[in-house]
Amino acid sequence: MSATTAASAPVLTSTPIALPPPSSFARRFAHNPTAMVSLILLTLIVLVAVFAPYLAPHDPARSSLRNILKPPSAMYLLGSDDLGRDVLSRLIFASRLSLVASVQAVAIALGIGLPLGLISGYVGGWVDTIIMRFNDALMSFPALILAVVIVGLLGPSLTNAMTAIGLVYAPRIMRVVRASTLSVRQEVYITAARATGCGDARIIMRHVLPNVTGPLVVQATVLMGQALLAEAGLSFLGLGVQPPEASWGAILGTAFPYMAQSPVPTIAAGLVISVTVLCFNLIGDGIRDSVGRMRRAGD
Amino acid sequence: MAFTNDAALLEVNDLVVQFPSPNGWLTVVDKVSFSVGRNDIVCVVGESGSGKSVTMQAAVGLVQPKGGRVTSGSVHFEGQELIGMGNRQLNRIRGNAIGFIFQEPMSSLNPAYTVGEQIAEVVRRHRGASRRDAWKRAVEMLDRVNIASAASRAHDYPHQFSGGMRQRVMIAMAIACDPKLLIADEPTTSLDVTIQSLILELIRELQRESGMSVLFITHDLGVVADIARSVVVMYGAQVVESASVEDLFRAPKHPYTGGLLEAMPQVALERGHDPVAIPGTVAQAHAWPSGCRFNPRCVFRQDGVCTTAPIVLSRDDHGLVRCARSSELRGVLAGMGIRQLGSAA
Repeated sequence: MSATTAASAPVLTSTPIALPPPSSFARRFAHNPTAMVSLILLTLIVLVAVFAPYLAPHDPARSSLRNILKPPSAMYLLGSDDLGRDVLSRLIFASRLSLVASVQAVAIALGIGLPLGLISGYVGGWVDTIIMRFNDALMSFPALILAVVIVGLLGPSLTNAMTAIGLVYAPRIMRVVRASTLSVRQEVYITAARATGCGDARIIMRHVLPNVTGPLVVQATVLMGQALLAEAGLSFLGLGVQPPEASWGAILGTAFPYMAQSPVPTIAAGLVISVTVLCFNLIGDGIRDSVGRMRRAGD
Repeated sequence: MAFTNDAALLEVNDLVVQFPSPNGWLTVVDKVSFSVGRNDIVCVVGESGSGKSVTMQAAVGLVQPKGGRVTSGSVHFEGQELIGMGNRQLNRIRGNAIGFIFQEPMSSLNPAYTVGEQIAEVVRRHRGASRRDAWKRAVEMLDRVNIASAASRAHDYPHQFSGGMRQRVMIAMAIACDPKLLIADEPTTSLDVTIQSLILELIRELQRESGMSVLFITHDLGVVADIARSVVVMYGAQVVESASVEDLFRAPKHPYTGGLLEAMPQVALERGHDPVAIPGTVAQAHAWPSGCRFNPRCVFRQDGVCTTAPIVLSRDDHGLVRCARSSELRGVLAGMGIRQLGSAA
């Protein structure tokens, strides 16, 4: 951490009493090239999603029966699919659905898993037992099957599919948060916080939560990628996104059977999914390495 | 004498604390009583496992979250009963009127916040100070505990400090709200001797300036001689002796205290022999011997007298002692005492 100290020193000596710098986290993150490249890539993907109508060369839903399964050309940069729709345009528009769907699923997983994990780990006792047995039951189902059941109950739509994925992933978040909370709870600084007059709620929010963010962020970003894949699976089964709209997974699903005749759409969709998932994971690693808890070996 | 002080700041009476174990509830603090006057420094001495830390933590309600329970006794702080007080009220006292310093400076600061933020948080919560004022106070406190260039160091995270520095930060946090009582739980144990004496000097200096009382837990008699005004010696979850620091060192009344003095290298050196260790180890809480809990290790043990009935804490004109043979051993034990207190420190 000598770099941080050196970087902060000139700023601080200029004023005798300065407030804490706005974010030393951002500075550390910016010094991590892998994470920065991933962040830039992901930002590009997000920008593509935002400006899809301006970037897409064709209407993603317009089919042309005379141009079925065309190889890449000036007209169709990534070729056309089995209904003669432009694959590039579809991928560009699909980024909107895919990104929002993953964020939605992970947000639901976090919204359920984080508070329950914190409570379960911090309170312990019978509260923990009840939450964890429920958790075990949920985890013992195969994730996709459970999602299929939930979508079956709620009706097929992308929102319902991602709610289902979020529910299915909540136990994973919960487990990670609970495990970290259990170890953080034993730390002397928790007792010390109590000795300075912190109540339970404050201890959880101010002292436990920041110290479980490392593993949590990693888990959440991994889940972003997995949610993207799960969405692809559900959409492939017709339980997620409904035609004519498309997500990356749906495009991959429709292109896959024609891979022998026209490999480019499959590869393109697969590549987009892989790169995005990789970006999420690498950003997660970058965040983990940059948050304010520096207790790894050698520090 | 601490025990006769009516206007005591902190008065612990017959405190009993238990923790769960596979063998049922274990009594780890057994009817412990002592008091701390205003502007006083009291040391609680004892081996690991004698119940000294738990006593202090129980006094301010810190054992319940760890699974322990206070089964009886009372703790009066400025006339208020702390045992059974709700957490909401206790939280107004903890960190405000009572500061706490822990044994492990390496792990008692939250790694997620800068030290300045951690001190400022305590000030903001208890004093309702603005962010800026609280930060100012944090820097002021860091400066007060002799941290060089406090204004910039306040922005550093705990891992950027050494053990001694972290303990200074802990002290700064504990005294940031001008507590009336500072409870220091072996604050120097994990530090090297040089740093230890600097920290002791700092605590003494802060005490002198502010007039706060200090309750100092230690297992180092050298530290006791250095800092204490009165001493409570604990063994096997009980108080075995209590006296002013001069009386305790000059004429110990309990064989255990005598043994502790004999085991001090400084004392042994002065007398020209090797330190004499107390034989054996402390019994486990579930297996206290009957009679005097120290009897299996006591060189003055007399079967029948020491090994049957529990020994009561008796008072004489110099303090309290829990020994069946204290009056007959007075002469022998006094011989173990130290004339010059300074030589022990």
